[in-house]
Amino acid sequence: MAFTNEQIERYSRHIILKEIGAKGQKKLLNAKVLIIGAGGLGAPAAMYLAAAGVGTIGIADADEVDLSNLQRQIIHATKDVGKAKVQSAKETMEELNPDVKVNAYRVFVTSENIRELIREYDFIIDGTDNFPAKFLINDACVMEKKPFSHAGIIRFKGQLMTYVPGQGPCYRCVFKEPPPKDAVPTCKQAGVVGAMGGVIGSLQAMEAIKYIIGQGDLLTGSLLTYDALKMDFRKIKLPSDTCGCAVCGTNPTITELIDYEQAECDGAL
Amino acid sequence: MLITVAGVKKEVKDGLTVSQLIVDEKVETPMYVTVSVNDEFIASDSFESTVLKDGDSVEFLYFMGGGQ
Ligand SMILES: [Zn+2]
Repeated sequence: MAFTNEQIERYSRHIILKEIGAKGQKKLLNAKVLIIGAGGLGAPAAMYLAAAGVGTIGIADADEVDLSNLQRQIIHATKDVGKAKVQSAKETMEELNPDVKVNAYRVFVTSENIRELIREYDFIIDGTDNFPAKFLINDACVMEKKPFSHAGIIRFKGQLMTYVPGQGPCYRCVFKEPPPKDAVPTCKQAGVVGAMGGVIGSLQAMEAIKYIIGQGDLLTGSLLTYDALKMDFRKIKLPSDTCGCAVCGTNPTITELIDYEQAECDGAL
Repeated sequence: MLITVAGVKKEVKDGLTVSQLIVDEKVETPMYVTVSVNDEFIASDSFESTVLKDGDSVEFLYFMGGGQ
């Protein structure tokens, strides 16, 4: 596949980088990334991946755009209120870059649909806002041997880790099982600064790009935490012994996906 | 003795357990925190019985669920 003149110009800042070059840009154009959740994290991740020329981007979300989303979900605009988030996200990405094929999935991910959904993608981005979904994505990615980026944001804090099969702990290695409903704040009651999604969602896009081009060190085996008020990033080394993990360990006890009970979020994700 | 908690060196009393450290550090949602000592996970039912030693490095890993 040869680049068009327009592509050479569009991706010139990538092509000039020795870590990317024409070869890396072709890898990006041939890559398939699935973003689960078209919200605070998924919005910036999707936009940067579309701008970067990731050739196929899947986006899964069952919700509609709400006015209260626009403080952080920058892929949607005021005119999109009431529209399906995946439709709005698809339109923004296609406007940004016609090279990108966007697959919109207007669904909640469940144990029934997730394995099939992730199977055709090279890298998965978890942009969901609740623990049942985060554990579901983790377990499905472990079972399907797919790399993924976990992230969470709340108030002025965020966290990030990358799972690559066979290269360090999964999310369940660290967090075992979802906390009981409402034990840990996740939803709109807690609040979040919109730019947190920008910081952490962009880092998720960065991890996907590094994975695709095969350059640099991924955030495997470590959890990155960000405290915006203290302006403090910490990369915390995680234990490397994953043998005892219920899903990725040597004798897994979780061999079927689990639909944990969802916390009440009033639909205002 | 001197230990490191979340990257910060701290002087603490000898014989301190993980449970006591969780209280002293005012850990939010102590029921649901993941603890590692010297890059090994400590099971939550062992917080009480895990006595810290001079030079130990302790990390608290918190659930962070938001994203949408
Ligand atoms: Zn694991």
